[in-house]
Amino acid sequence: MLPLDWILLILAAWLLIGLAGVAALRNTSFVARVLFPLGAAGALAVAAAALAALFAGPQTTILPIGLPGLPFHLRLDALAAFFLLVIGVATAGISIFAAGYFRQGEGTPPGLMCLEYHVFVASMCLVVLADDAYAFMVMWETMALSSFFLVTANHRVEAIRRAGFLYLLVAHIGAIAILLCFGVLQANTGDYSFANMRAQQLSPLWSSAAFLLAIFGFGAKAGILPLHVWLPEAHPAAPSPVSALMSGVMLKTAIYALMRVAFDLLPLPLWWWGVVLLGLGLATALFGVVFSAVQTDMKRLLAYSSIENIGLLFVGIGLGLLFKAHDMGALSALALTAALYHVISHAFFKSLLFLATGSVLHATGERSLGKLGGLIRRMPWVAWLSLIGVLASAGLPPFSGFVAEWLLLQSFLFTTGLPSSFLNMLIPLVAAAVALVAALAGYVMVKFYGVIFLGQPREPKLGEAHPASPLERLGLLWLAAGCVLLGLVPVPLIELIDRVTRVLTQDGIAATVSAHGWLLLSPTSLERASYSPLVFLLAVLAVVYLTMLVVHRFYHGQLRTAPPWDCGYPAQTARMQDSAEGFGQPIRQIFGPVFRLERQLPTPFDPRPVYRVKVEDHFWHWLYRPLASLTDRLARAFAVLQQGRIAIYLLFSFVTLILTLLVARW
Amino acid sequence: MVSLGGVLAQLLEIVLALLLAPLLSGWVNQWRAWLQGRQAPGLLQPFRVLHKLFVKESVVAESASPLFRLAPYAIFGCMALACAIAPTLATDLPLGPAADAIALVGLFALARVFISLAAMDIGTAFGTLGARREMMIGFLAEPALLMVLFAASLISRSTSLARIVEALAGQDFAIHPSLAVAGVAFTMVSLAENARVPVDNPSTHLELTMIHEALILEYSGRHLALIEWAASLKLFAYSSIGLALFVPWGIAAGAAPLAILLAIPVLVAKLAVGGMLLALIETINAKMRLFRVPEFLATAFLLAVIALLVHVLLGA
Repeated sequence: MLPLDWILLILAAWLLIGLAGVAALRNTSFVARVLFPLGAAGALAVAAAALAALFAGPQTTILPIGLPGLPFHLRLDALAAFFLLVIGVATAGISIFAAGYFRQGEGTPPGLMCLEYHVFVASMCLVVLADDAYAFMVMWETMALSSFFLVTANHRVEAIRRAGFLYLLVAHIGAIAILLCFGVLQANTGDYSFANMRAQQLSPLWSSAAFLLAIFGFGAKAGILPLHVWLPEAHPAAPSPVSALMSGVMLKTAIYALMRVAFDLLPLPLWWWGVVLLGLGLATALFGVVFSAVQTDMKRLLAYSSIENIGLLFVGIGLGLLFKAHDMGALSALALTAALYHVISHAFFKSLLFLATGSVLHATGERSLGKLGGLIRRMPWVAWLSLIGVLASAGLPPFSGFVAEWLLLQSFLFTTGLPSSFLNMLIPLVAAAVALVAALAGYVMVKFYGVIFLGQPREPKLGEAHPASPLERLGLLWLAAGCVLLGLVPVPLIELIDRVTRVLTQDGIAATVSAHGWLLLSPTSLERASYSPLVFLLAVLAVVYLTMLVVHRFYHGQLRTAPPWDCGYPAQTARMQDSAEGFGQPIRQIFGPVFRLERQLPTPFDPRPVYRVKVEDHFWHWLYRPLASLTDRLARAFAVLQQGRIAIYLLFSFVTLILTLLVARW
Repeated sequence: MVSLGGVLAQLLEIVLALLLAPLLSGWVNQWRAWLQGRQAPGLLQPFRVLHKLFVKESVVAESASPLFRLAPYAIFGCMALACAIAPTLATDLPLGPAADAIALVGLFALARVFISLAAMDIGTAFGTLGARREMMIGFLAEPALLMVLFAASLISRSTSLARIVEALAGQDFAIHPSLAVAGVAFTMVSLAENARVPVDNPSTHLELTMIHEALILEYSGRHLALIEWAASLKLFAYSSIGLALFVPWGIAAGAAPLAILLAIPVLVAKLAVGGMLLALIETINAKMRLFRVPEFLATAFLLAVIALLVHVLLGA
């Protein structure tokens, strides 16, 4: 059996698992202990089949579902296989975690959640596999709808319903743009298969139109500026495994689709497409990271951090397009390798962090950073595994995030060969901004980790926080292992990514990378740059070990515990630690104009002083509110037509008929 | 590929860094005292302090997690590796290819994140305050340092520190305008990163201003000794990078034993001059208000970006 058949079989199995969940609607232990682990095994199988497909050539098949004469065309090439691999490995960890996580609560019963969850995952796989616009759109919508129901699992909460509505709205505005994009791509031939779109030679004007529509449509799903507003509402509203799935995996389908359109379906790119992506990506990354630094809700903080990472992915893709437009295949492959590496690395660390917030939420019932603290002592497993995720997310060596960042910065350094002096001027500025974003991500992650897991508990009830269940730990462990492994041995994965970049740019970097062995990562030549994470880690560990040994041997290992010193101030309380607001204060100060700040300061004479600060997004105020009120006003204006009396409606019909006749006669 | 001589040279470089780093701190303190008209402590004073701290027992807060005790070792390890990959004596060392300029910046960032997390671990007011300030300085200083290294990388067409040194030292004497601008940016970043006077004052515990001291307030005994040693290693690493970028002559190209032995006195002489200049800068400047620090660092960042642009514009 070929990999594609295997994958289809597993997708069918997922549907069965979902249906079994509906059959056992309220049997939480059956759904959680049996169905979700089975789903996780399926996800691993998808990953294995995708891995096999990366080594095999492209396969196609036709599924006889859909409209008569319009079946689903499916195709599994290297690009699709890579994204299936990402979906598979991340979903495996998330499903195992979910097995320990879901329990009977308010809102959607667990059995129905199980169906929605598996339909969601299966539709993501089919989005990646689709080879015609029809199958793609159907699956894209299935993905949006199933995730909408997952987001609104706890639909009795007003805020969650609002978040779900916003999500659905933006998803559909995006879907319109995607539909139009495919309309342009098929160039009036009436054949919506991707094979036909590849064959069309569009004029620069129309291909640019298709490209811009694709950015709009897929950008809405990915959370690119200014279509990001749904993301920080919807991702935190969902149950944590779903947040992890949405942030870690679903956003990547948008990245996949953008790559598919920009590199595969469209003819040779124009150079300014890359600049558009660079600009949008940078703006999004900066916006995301600055906003995530001032958040006080741990899941919102992570959602904004996802916006930042999507921005960085756009930068990588933009750079790849720029190089491809200038016929610099190897450099394009380098930039795309960086982007694809970041795709899988982000899938691991963001899922890990979202799941960790889920464990914290279950243990404490608290999402607000201001009421957490000190959990490393109550939940050591979650804390230490999240530390790995945090370090990977901050782009620190020797974890996975750093490899992607390193590759991206390397591709910037090679840009001086571009023939346009404008681009040569632009690129250093972009590199500087990327470096700034990466450094700010470190700030955000220290805040996230320090406030949740370190320090003293800010609320007395945190003392009763219980550690995560074994299945939750297993899920976290799987994802953390991914972050470590991808960080330490990047070369094998780059060899896999090479097969993708060969499809997209007809070039790859694996040949040069493999030439230096698996220990050393060097994208062009040893002379230019090299990085060896394993040696790096071993050197640090060796120094640490030797120092411990020497210090204990020549001096002593005596240790005494005492109350904290804190400059001799005895009346320390947990409230004197930095709050989440306090930790974000320098960012608010430095990036003031980026926010809409509402601050309420107490006067010196307040008996009960309250400090309140509200950070809002300019886009809400200047773009979305006016648009919403405009829509509202237009709707009211049209409501005049709706009189509710049959006579009036008959009159409308009559007038329409007369007008039609007049037009027909004329 | 890795020869015995190379390994020996690498070990020599690490040991030399471990020994010279506290000396450099002592030397700077000595000059600072002289310039300020005070009686100076001896050159070996940092070693005496380290010894004293190692002898004492470590007092750890009751609420400390294992992270708190692990952090000093991690920071020390990071800084030792930073000194090992910064080309101080020779360019052809076995650890060189393991980390390039970008990884070096990542290494500093890793140490910074560890020390900030450790400071937040106890949950005291000063600890979190210090962590926040340290990260604030870090997120501006880190990209600035990266851009300085990028400017040098563009000239030498390599991000490997060893290649950068070879390229800069090997060519005919020429002043690169981009490097001149980058040098100013680098000096500003180094002052901030090493908790030096216009940004931080290593010899005060004033709550309004302290950054580095607030971070390590809860540490004592061997943990404090390791952190202090790591801090002097950081100063040494920054000085070595500065010397490698802006005064690259005298570093042995390759790993010939004689050349490496010759490189030692050259390095010591360069560090001595550099330390004097640092003491001078610290003496003639006043400590900035904390809110001015972001402006100071943003200036450094912009200067570094300008250095990159100058390189692109002038091709030099």
